[in-house]
Amino acid sequence: MMKKSYKIDVDCANCANKMEEAAKKTAGVKDVVVNFMALKMNVEFEEGAEPKAVMQEVLKNCKKVEDDCEIFL
Amino acid sequence: MTKKQKKNLTRIIISAVLMVILHFLPVTGLLRFLCYLVPYLIVGYDILIKAGKGIINRQPFDECLLMAIATIGAMAIAIYEDGDYSEGIAVMLFYQVGEWFQSYAVGRSRRNISELMDIRPDYANVQRGDSLEQVDPDEVEIGSTIVVQPGEKIPIDGIVLSGDSSLDTSALTGESLPRSVATGSEVISGCINLSGVLEIQTTKEFGESTASKILELVENASSRKSRSEAFISRFARIYTPAVVISALVLAFLPPIIRMTLLGTQPMFGTWIYRALTFLVISCPCALVISIPLTFFAGIGGAGRQGVLVKGSNYLEALSKTKYVVFDKTGTLTCGTFEVTGIYPADEEQREGMDNLTDNQRDLLQMAAMAECASSHPIAKSLQKAWGQEIDRRCVERIEEISGHGVSAYVNGAHILAGNDKLMYKEGIVMNMPGKRKGQDQAAAAKTDSDQKAAKKTSKADDASMAGTVVHVAEDGVYRGYILISDRIRENAPRAIKALHNMGIKKTVMLTGDEMRAAQKVADTLGISDFSARLLPADKVKRVEELLENKQDQEMLVFVGDGINDAPVLSRADIGIAMGGLGSDAAIEAADVVLMDDDPMGLVRAVKMSVSCMRIVYENIWFAIGVKVICLLLGALGIANMWLAIFADVGVMVLAVLNAMRALFAGKKAAL
Repeated sequence: MMKKSYKIDVDCANCANKMEEAAKKTAGVKDVVVNFMALKMNVEFEEGAEPKAVMQEVLKNCKKVEDDCEIFL
Repeated sequence: MTKKQKKNLTRIIISAVLMVILHFLPVTGLLRFLCYLVPYLIVGYDILIKAGKGIINRQPFDECLLMAIATIGAMAIAIYEDGDYSEGIAVMLFYQVGEWFQSYAVGRSRRNISELMDIRPDYANVQRGDSLEQVDPDEVEIGSTIVVQPGEKIPIDGIVLSGDSSLDTSALTGESLPRSVATGSEVISGCINLSGVLEIQTTKEFGESTASKILELVENASSRKSRSEAFISRFARIYTPAVVISALVLAFLPPIIRMTLLGTQPMFGTWIYRALTFLVISCPCALVISIPLTFFAGIGGAGRQGVLVKGSNYLEALSKTKYVVFDKTGTLTCGTFEVTGIYPADEEQREGMDNLTDNQRDLLQMAAMAECASSHPIAKSLQKAWGQEIDRRCVERIEEISGHGVSAYVNGAHILAGNDKLMYKEGIVMNMPGKRKGQDQAAAAKTDSDQKAAKKTSKADDASMAGTVVHVAEDGVYRGYILISDRIRENAPRAIKALHNMGIKKTVMLTGDEMRAAQKVADTLGISDFSARLLPADKVKRVEELLENKQDQEMLVFVGDGINDAPVLSRADIGIAMGGLGSDAAIEAADVVLMDDDPMGLVRAVKMSVSCMRIVYENIWFAIGVKVICLLLGALGIANMWLAIFADVGVMVLAVLNAMRALFAGKKAAL
């Protein structure tokens, strides 16, 4: 089981919740917790997933729900 | 303020000023519309762009899109009806004010909390050759020698090589009394060196040091979300769609009913306006921001008070504490043996260790000297209580009688120090001081020389005492006894009382000690229940029994020292480790860590959690309540858009300000 933490930037708390949902739906992601107050995203990857590739998808999906967000990969 | 915040504030001010000016300009028609378009676009262009992106990305419930629809709709109605464009602009304006305030408040509280937890060291002074070099603490290797000047923070955990000083640990423990250190003391990062220069050999890397670990814990704590937070995000997920759908229904259903069933004017304008009012209130921001903000502030404030809460969920659970289970040794008691009473045979019984009489001193000296060669904890405590250097040349023919005590010749006198078995063995008649009844019986035993009676008496007496008794005899004459026990922590009785006053249903003490020692401690503390002679596995069993017999909503807290009670800590609803400062194992194993070993810390923690949760519930009810009222008034046509946006932004501001109170919940609880 692999877990990684990424710094993020997002303006509103609800947007952070939306990012969390969008990230959870991404293939290769087992679970995500977005911490708005600490501006962090903790991602737990599926077995055998390649974090780098998965995170690109996560970023894409997050941008879809909240254009004004950033994940520092 | 960040750049973005400054820019947005400028936009808000310009557009507000423009609106006021336009209000007094006598322009009409298309020109009027174009004039009003300027402040609208200044304050709302980013919303409109985001709304466009929302459409492209098929996000029908995007807040920007909804806000755009509401304001454009208001403008359109204004063209069609009276030419009062200010409403649409005002909605956009206030929406932006709300967003700005939210971002400002969140930024402030992020900074506030990092200032509160101001334990992150910026540099370390490393000794290289003859000179000192300032380096990033991250680069210091284990075993390096660092120098900490007065006024500086200790950057990395280590051992003092040389120097005496006192340390301010208040940023870590909330305790304001400085702690003194000398050569050989272990020191922890995050403390501030107050008086002398310290040379420290590091024992850990920076990342593994106490300060870094604590900061990491506090920062990550809000990642473990509480039930209230989960509830709010679920609520937010359905709230927006529900409001949007009811807006649609409101826009079209009443007019259609009016047309078809009532045969009156449909009044599309009115109903669409009311529907747009709904959209204005559709953003769940106030709720979604205030709840995590409260927890964040609460955890930060608790950290400042020396209470590390490892997750919002634990803070929430802590507020529902109904059962508190304590480990005895090291938690309610200090975990060290100490002489707590000296009772010479021919003197009236005096409690306590203050102002010792000469007889008491003599007795203590005899015992301490007889036991001077022993390294047993009891011998050590005697020596410590005596407190003076012992001239070993005065003590001869020391003989340890295993399971009994010591026999030695001190300045030529034959001293026996040990338990009652030793006294019987040596044929010493114990003239027990103290309780009158005991004294009478002992006196009777003396005259009869009936050892059996003496034995009985001493047993009866022993049972009323907690701790270990060391009897002392000199040249075959009983001289009295010394009571050695584990001392109850100073604040423990107060803490137990405070817990009961707070509505805790039951306090339980678990211990591996003997029944009578446990009984004594339990009585002194006023604890509701206790179990003695437990093996570590029995403690888990006992906690499991308690867990089975309680209700789901009632939380069971286990408080231990975190060193050998990890299984119990993890089994309880909330595991609390006390005296976490400097103990990684405790910080690792527990859900909540009390940095120092004051039992009142537990009371503080529970109080803080309760006031934090009160703020959370206040915000939930207040925000949802105001929104529902606004929706109702809007549907009935009583509330217009102005009121709706005012209410919406106002609720958010109040909820955020209320949430910030959680930062200070700890301070109040400490009083």
